[in-house]
Amino acid sequence: MTALVSVRNLVKYYHSAGLFGRSAPPVRAVDGVSFDVGRGETLALVGESGCGKSSVGRTLLRLQEPTSGEALYEGKDVFSLNRTALRQIRRRMQIIFQDPYSSLNPRMTVGAAIAEGIEIHHLAPRQEIPGRVAALLEEVGLDPTYARRYPHEFSGGQRQRVGIARALAVQLSFIVCDEPVSALDVSVQAQVLNLLADLQHQRGLSYLFIAHDLAVVRQIAHRIAVMYLGRIVEEGSTNEILSDPRHPYTVALLSAVPEPDPSARRARIVLSGDLPSPSNPPPGCPFHTRCFHPLKDTRCRIEVPLLRPVGGTLAACHYAESTPRAVADSVA
Amino acid sequence: MTRVLEVNNLRVSFPGTGHTRFYPVDGVSFSLERGEMLALVGESGCGKSLTSLALLQLIPPPGRIEGGSTIRLGDTDVLTLKGEALRRIRGRRVGMIFQDPMTSLNPVFTVEAQVIEGILAHFKISKAEARDRALQLLREVGIPDPADRLKAYPHQLSGGMRQRVMIAIALSAEPEILVADEPTTALDVTVQAQILEVLDGLRTRRGMAVLLITHDLGIVAGRADRVAVMYAGQIVEEAATARLFANPSHPYTQGLFASVPRITGPLKRLNPIRGSVPAPAAWPTGCRFRPRCPQAFDRSETEPPLIPVEPDHRMRCWLAEDPNTSRSLFLDS
Repeated sequence: MTALVSVRNLVKYYHSAGLFGRSAPPVRAVDGVSFDVGRGETLALVGESGCGKSSVGRTLLRLQEPTSGEALYEGKDVFSLNRTALRQIRRRMQIIFQDPYSSLNPRMTVGAAIAEGIEIHHLAPRQEIPGRVAALLEEVGLDPTYARRYPHEFSGGQRQRVGIARALAVQLSFIVCDEPVSALDVSVQAQVLNLLADLQHQRGLSYLFIAHDLAVVRQIAHRIAVMYLGRIVEEGSTNEILSDPRHPYTVALLSAVPEPDPSARRARIVLSGDLPSPSNPPPGCPFHTRCFHPLKDTRCRIEVPLLRPVGGTLAACHYAESTPRAVADSVA
Repeated sequence: MTRVLEVNNLRVSFPGTGHTRFYPVDGVSFSLERGEMLALVGESGCGKSLTSLALLQLIPPPGRIEGGSTIRLGDTDVLTLKGEALRRIRGRRVGMIFQDPMTSLNPVFTVEAQVIEGILAHFKISKAEARDRALQLLREVGIPDPADRLKAYPHQLSGGMRQRVMIAIALSAEPEILVADEPTTALDVTVQAQILEVLDGLRTRRGMAVLLITHDLGIVAGRADRVAVMYAGQIVEEAATARLFANPSHPYTQGLFASVPRITGPLKRLNPIRGSVPAPAAWPTGCRFRPRCPQAFDRSETEPPLIPVEPDHRMRCWLAEDPNTSRSLFLDS
């Protein structure tokens, strides 16, 4: 499978002027991240708040400029495109956000919001636009007559559908989905997840699915990359990551997922402490301050572990071969 | 067992258009025993948070608690209390923690000042004694280096630490009941696990009753003793946790379970409930779940009461009266 999107050594630092104009250490939101997304594939970027996953998505679409690194879309370097070329490529790459309300203009009808992309990119003659908008609304499961309504008239789930229709309006092949269902109630969340899966199937879309919830990710992702403090610490197929994780952080993250089943007595690993500050990350392995690996030693505090194949995944842990697993001894 | 809280026919109303009022909480009854954890589960807009605010008469005007509602805290009839008498039970007998600890903490005071303020408001002790007690509380909720953290300001703490401070403040008055309204929703999963362990420990050690308000069935499993599922301002199903998770019987509860993505077990396409939760001003007539219910039938046009499915397991659905129908439902789910 050739990659549709390739990201190499992406770095995004946020600089802020410190107190009294002295420069503060930069926040290292993304610190050397590389991955590929294939055609028709979903790669999930998973991690807790502050791990840099959203910064990856935004930088990739150049909603923010990267500090360094490379991002290729069909072989074209997104980061070196000029404005015209960037506009061209944004027909293909879109983003949907966690809160669809804040990304919709409250004074613009939903139909106008969806038509905007078609107009900007001259994708259809004017008289065909209403028909296109109606078809898009139907495709995302909304009544075509809703085109005349305003965003506030919709529920959260419906707004997210509008956000998706808006992304689909251009000749799209790649969507960054930034926590698209985490603000939705469970019953609506399931509807939107199913819709995203169906659209991928029908249109051959690729997704970079940014999320914190591994159970949600399992429903939609082919592969998972786990981020911690701006770095990918483990990457592999969804099945391998969930069944045989090798990085201690992935193990902890998995064990913390609350499962709605009292009979599934899973070993919970409760991590001690908090996420270190991304402006002052610990030396060596970024996870060593919270790691529970019995072999943890001075090497972890000095040497940054690189992603390397262990078992069925790529894991950035010096001792990934012997990572303890929180085995689910589920009583059926 | 000692009953510490009994809520009967609680109705909360807000003014609607014209002279009408609507009822976001509409006839909610439940009770809580000493040391028990009851989870009130539901999606946004189901009335679960208003229910918890009503317990201490904290409904913001123009909302009001309707006549005919009763809330008994032991021997105290909460809804007859006013002024000083009401203030004495807030915090002292019922403690509360909320989703976002940052908005509940005062940013310009240290943790120490805020924890001690709570202690001194309820107990006649010296400042030094209060400080010792604050230190002890911080230790109890699992804050490392508690002496250092006492000197910190809220912004210097992480979300998980702030929530621990809030729990410490809620505990400072030694309440019989802790109401935890989505206490871990704003926190990351690894931190969420830590906070839930803290709540569990307090319940066992102090015999404190916990009313856990959440949208997340996952955090309820294996923690709460009983679960009450709310939909459109009413409790629609209530049972012991193990029983409810093994036999979700109300079509809404079944729909919720079918919507939740799982981390283990066979990977299936999710089977969501159609439509979305109606607005409180537009609760449907008859069974309120009827417009979204795949099993609605002619009787659903009449509003069902809570009907026993089994002893200690009730649901607001006419299917409970037809054992054949409900059994086949379980097989489907």
